[in-house]
Amino acid sequence: MIANVKDKAVIVGIGNTTFSKDSGVSELSLAVQAVKAAIDDAGLKPSDIDGMATFTMDSNDEIEVARALGVGELTFYGRSHYGGGAATSCLHQATMAIATGMAETVVVYRALNGRSGHRFSGGVAGDITTADAIHWGWYMPYGLLTPASWVAMFTQRWMHNTGVTKDALFEVAHSTRVYGANNPAAFFYGRNFDRAEYDAARMIADPLQLFDCCQESDGGSAVIVTTPERARDLKQPGVSVLGVAQCAADNQEQMTSFYREEFAGIPEMETAAKNVYAMSGLCADDIDAAVIYDAFSPIVLWQLEAWGFCGYGESGDFVKDGALRTNGRLPTNTHGGQLSEAYIHGVNGIVEATRLVRGTSANQPEKTVNHALVTSGVGIPTGGAILGKMN
Amino acid sequence: MTTDEQKAIESEIYAFIGQEVYPPTPAADDINEAMIRQWAEIMGDNNPAYLDKDWTANSFRGKTISPPAMMYVWGQEGFQVTKGRAPNAMSNLVSVFDKHGYTGVLGTNVKQEYFKEVSPGDNVTIEMIIDNISERKTTGRGTGYFFETLSTFTDQRGEKIGTQRFKVLKFIPQEQPSAAATEDKLDVPTRIASPRGHDNKWWWEACDDGKVLIQRCKSCQTLRHPPRPMCGECQSMEWDSIESTLDGEILSHTEIHHPKIPGYQYPLVCAVIKLAEGTNFVANIIGCSPSEVHIGMKVKGVLEQVDEKTMLPQFYPA
Repeated sequence: MIANVKDKAVIVGIGNTTFSKDSGVSELSLAVQAVKAAIDDAGLKPSDIDGMATFTMDSNDEIEVARALGVGELTFYGRSHYGGGAATSCLHQATMAIATGMAETVVVYRALNGRSGHRFSGGVAGDITTADAIHWGWYMPYGLLTPASWVAMFTQRWMHNTGVTKDALFEVAHSTRVYGANNPAAFFYGRNFDRAEYDAARMIADPLQLFDCCQESDGGSAVIVTTPERARDLKQPGVSVLGVAQCAADNQEQMTSFYREEFAGIPEMETAAKNVYAMSGLCADDIDAAVIYDAFSPIVLWQLEAWGFCGYGESGDFVKDGALRTNGRLPTNTHGGQLSEAYIHGVNGIVEATRLVRGTSANQPEKTVNHALVTSGVGIPTGGAILGKMN
Repeated sequence: MTTDEQKAIESEIYAFIGQEVYPPTPAADDINEAMIRQWAEIMGDNNPAYLDKDWTANSFRGKTISPPAMMYVWGQEGFQVTKGRAPNAMSNLVSVFDKHGYTGVLGTNVKQEYFKEVSPGDNVTIEMIIDNISERKTTGRGTGYFFETLSTFTDQRGEKIGTQRFKVLKFIPQEQPSAAATEDKLDVPTRIASPRGHDNKWWWEACDDGKVLIQRCKSCQTLRHPPRPMCGECQSMEWDSIESTLDGEILSHTEIHHPKIPGYQYPLVCAVIKLAEGTNFVANIIGCSPSEVHIGMKVKGVLEQVDEKTMLPQFYPA
């Protein structure tokens, strides 16, 4: 069992920039705007920040963000690896730093020009010789070089194993877009979307079609994490980290763990889920709403299984009667998700999970949300967290 | 060619850099549905955003747009060009090349960038300059210079819609085409190669020589792929390899539709294959229709040269 850091860290501020397809500003500008918005939301000053956690993929150095904002001294900065797998890992870093006293107030941030700058959909290329590039080199010469193509390979086999059909993928794609249509910050705000449009959209990498794939977005998101003692004096109701964990499982590759005995699964998320549940003393039945990382529609289904909302191969049945919708068993991705709000590598998901616990989502469920799940990207080392009201 | 001759032509052609080919000129006709319909039909592009008013009324735009790639169409001069054109900087530049013996011409590439959408009723103004001229290059088609025009497109409000770069090679034609084969060829895109480092170079070099190897631990005989410096079973760093028979069975597959990457042949099917030796391997499935590929399908691999630079195992239905 991993160490227990339940209730050691509290989210007290959240911030997003405007999301767009062409920000017209630098990634650093987006980062400092998002962080400033989160600081303001918390009622703090930049100089209250003494720690930072972001992605290894983020181009904004902590010291640049700190100088631009006027943060001053930092006593903790830690980065998390593996693309979207880092989303809740940054929260994990922040929580550990606060729990151990290495920092008192840590900002988690991610900012990118994911559409107007470097686009992940363009795929990988082998310009430099690192272990990472050599890993992609086993796939690039065959043209298997985009995130959609890697996820498609898992999806094809998972659908074959389980008999889950595209009806289930559509339910994920549609439920998030209905949420997005009602969220003014979302790319899909005000937009209609139906099965006919889903079915008619172009194939990307079969079985994934256009609307199974997330946005590519410009924007930034940030959350401020601090101690429970500090949180009690601040402007917003505290949202406590009840459990958080990360995991890389046996025989793990980034997006291409094709060498496992059975590769149509996400054992790394099963371990993370087990540890988060053990830490929080909660189980799947206790989770009221969720923000489940949705770079592609099928990966939401696998995570429902990994977090024990249903068994392996049962997620198609779980979602078909509206479980993910506002009045369903598990309202999920109520901001519209990355499929229809914006793709900020899952950090906008931590923002939304915080809102769900505060009761301020654009699509707030009628029931009280005592416990919200938020997860990182899968197919890579990953993790998740459960957030709840601070005692 | 002597240095003096080279100096002579270069002093003339480089003077054209930055010169205007067409001053800002509004198109004779506004953007209109009839022309969009013809273009979309010919291109086979049935995107509803261009012509389907019911669909666009419900879309976030609320109206139809002109296909972005049509931007260069609106300013075309039409049938009148058969009567000849007034000289401009580009035709003058071409004359200079021709005078010096660079009579060959080859349009090599067009690159468009889009900044703003426009709709029927808008009007496109085109402006073109000679943006750059390369140093002297030796190509498979002969020795010459690349020149590139830059067209800028704006709407009736003066807002930039997009740009187009058009690159042309003017060259001295080769008299003996066979001799040209030994010269540097024009860049034909090839597949993206794996970088080669300590831990994988040997594998790719064997592939270049027509063999697919599987790394084997010398201590416990466990096979491993992709190659790694240490055995995960017994931590031995001693290894050798065996050659795969390339008999296999498909565990999963996907047909890559979008984006299409230069250098790859489509339709393109990728699969995870369980090799008879027991290790899994990713490669392409060819020799059958993509719709015939299925999980459990038996396949057989053959080393093939797939482009000018790349040897790869290609798997066929067994």
